Amino acid sequence: MKKNAYFGLYIVMAILVVLPFVLPNSFYVDLVIRMAINAVIVLGLNLLIGFAGQISLGHAGFLGIGAYASAVLPTHFGWHPVLAMAAGAVVTGLLAGLVARPIFKLKGHYLAMATLGLGIILNIALRNEATWTGGPDGMPVPAMGLFGFELTSDKHWYWVVALLLSVSVWASLNLIDSPFGRALRALHGSEVASQVVGVDVVRYKVAIFVLSAVFASLMGSVTAHYVGFVTPNLADFFHSIELVTMVVIGGMASVYGSLVGAVLLTALPQALATFEGWETVAFGSILMLCMIFMPKGLVPTLAAKFGKGD
Amino acid sequence: MLAQFLQFLFSGVTVGATYALAALGFTLIYNASNVINFAQGEFIMLGGMLAVYFTQAGLPLPVALVLAILIPAVVGIVVEKLAIEPVKGAETVTLIIITIGASLVIRGLIQVWLGKNTFSLPAFSGDEPIHILGATLLPQSLWVLGVTALVVIALWYFFNRTLQGKAMLATSYNRVAAELVGINTSWVLFMSFAMSAALGALGGILVTPITLTSYDVGIMLGLKGFVAAVVGGLGNGLGAVVGGLLVGILEAMGAGYISSSYKDAIPFVLILLILFFMPRGLFGGKSTDRV
Repeated sequence: MKKNAYFGLYIVMAILVVLPFVLPNSFYVDLVIRMAINAVIVLGLNLLIGFAGQISLGHAGFLGIGAYASAVLPTHFGWHPVLAMAAGAVVTGLLAGLVARPIFKLKGHYLAMATLGLGIILNIALRNEATWTGGPDGMPVPAMGLFGFELTSDKHWYWVVALLLSVSVWASLNLIDSPFGRALRALHGSEVASQVVGVDVVRYKVAIFVLSAVFASLMGSVTAHYVGFVTPNLADFFHSIELVTMVVIGGMASVYGSLVGAVLLTALPQALATFEGWETVAFGSILMLCMIFMPKGLVPTLAAKFGKGD
Repeated sequence: MLAQFLQFLFSGVTVGATYALAALGFTLIYNASNVINFAQGEFIMLGGMLAVYFTQAGLPLPVALVLAILIPAVVGIVVEKLAIEPVKGAETVTLIIITIGASLVIRGLIQVWLGKNTFSLPAFSGDEPIHILGATLLPQSLWVLGVTALVVIALWYFFNRTLQGKAMLATSYNRVAAELVGINTSWVLFMSFAMSAALGALGGILVTPITLTSYDVGIMLGLKGFVAAVVGGLGNGLGAVVGGLLVGILEAMGAGYISSSYKDAIPFVLILLILFFMPRGLFGGKSTDRV
C-alpha cells in the first residue's frame, strides 16, 4: 500500500509542474491555485473527519481567523505579514485547543452542533467589528513579501501553493502511517476499544482538531494575501459546509479523495455559472446524487470498483 | 423597566414559538430515523413564501394557509422517499450533506420561481397593538402562541392516545422491536417527514406577518431550531418546546440589553455553554456506549 500511496504523490507533483505550461490563460491558473488552496485545507479536515471520525461544521471560522489576522495586523498595526500569519495560526491553535476538550466530550450531532456554533460566532464577530474588519464589505490585504521578494503575480503564488500542496500530501501520507495515524483510525473504529488498549482518546482528538484548525488558519492567510481582499463570506457557515462536502464527496479517510473533492467542488460553481439562476438547484442536486449513489465518496467507490486499494 | 422587560419577553416568546415548532420538527425526524434534517429551515421558509404567493394570487386566507402547509408536507415526503430512504444506515456526515443538498434544491427552486425579494403577509386579525403594563403585544403574537400551544396539545394527544402515534413512539425507541410487533416503520418515517415539514411550514406562516420572509430566511431559522432542539436534548418533545422558547427569549433579551448586532450569535453562545456543561442538553438523559 505504501509504495502505491507515494506513487500518487509523484503523479500529483508531476501534474503541478506541467500544468502552468499547458494552462491556456490566467483564468485557469487562478482556478488551479484556488483548487490547491482548498485541497490543503481539505487534507487537514479529512484527517479530522475521515480518519478520526469527528465532524467539524465550523472550520471556515478558523480559515477566517487566519485570513483576518493577515489583513488586520499588517494594516492596522504594521506587523510583518509572516508574523501576522504566524499570529493567526497561534491564536487559532489556542482557540481550537481551548474549546476542543469540552467539545470532544460530545459525539455525533452534538459535536456537529458545537463546531457549527463556534464557526457562526466567529463569522458574526467578523461581520460586526467593522472598525477593524471592514464589516460585511471586507477589507484589502497588503501584499506579502518573503526575503525581499514580493509575491505579486499569479505565477509566484502558483509555485508557492504547489509547494504547499505537495508538502501537505507528503505529510498526510506520513502521518496516517505513523503511530499517531494508527491511533486516530483506532478511535474512529471504536473509542472504547482504543481506550482499553491504552490510546489516550481525548488527547488525540484534541491534537488532530488543533492541527486541522491551524492548517485551515494558515491557508486562510494564504488566501487573503493571494486574493488581496477578505470578506466575512470566507468564514461563513456555507463555506464550512463546502469544505466538509469536499472531504465526503472525494472520499473520507482518503488522501487522494481530498484532492479530487477539492478539485471538483472548486470547479463546479464555475461550470454551473452557465445555468443562470439554476446554480443552487444544480449544486444541491449534485450533492444529493453523489451521496445517494456513492455514500463512501468518489475515490474509495471507484477504487473498490476497479479492485485497487487507495 | 418592567415595560421594557415585558416588551423583550413578548417578542422573545413569539419568535421562540417558531423555533419551538422547528425544533419539534427536528425531534420528530431524529426520533424516527436518527437523521438531523438540515432542510428543516427550508420548510419554514416554504410555509411563509407559499402563504404570501397564494394570498397574493387571490385565494382566500384559509385556503392559502392550508395549501402552504400541505405543499411543504408533500415536499417533506418527497425528500424522504428520494433522498433519505435509499441511504439507510449511512454515516452521519453523509446524511448531513444529503439534507443540506435538499435544502439547496428547495431554496434554489423558490429563488428561481419567486425571486429574491422580501415579502410580507398581512396579520391575521389586524395590527392594532394590545397594551399590557406599558408594553405592547401584536395580535399576531397571540396567533403564534395560541396555535403553537394547540399544536403541542395535539401532538401530545397523538403520541399518547392514538395507535399511529404510539407506533411512531415505539419506532423511535427501538426500530427492530417495532418491526417485530408489526409496525410499518417505513410508514412511520414517511409520516415523521410529512409532520415535521408541516410543523415547520406552520411556524413560517404564523411568524411571517411579524418578521417578513424571503427565499433565504431558512438557513438561520433552521439553525436556531436545531439549537433549540439540542438545548432541549435531541429527541425530547417537551425539551424542544422549552428549548425553542428559551432560545427566543434569550435572543430577545440579549438584543435588547446587550447588543442588537450580536443578536444572531446569542443562540450559538448559549448552545456552546449548555453543551460544555450539560453535554446532552437540558432534558437529555444519560447514555452509555455499548462496545
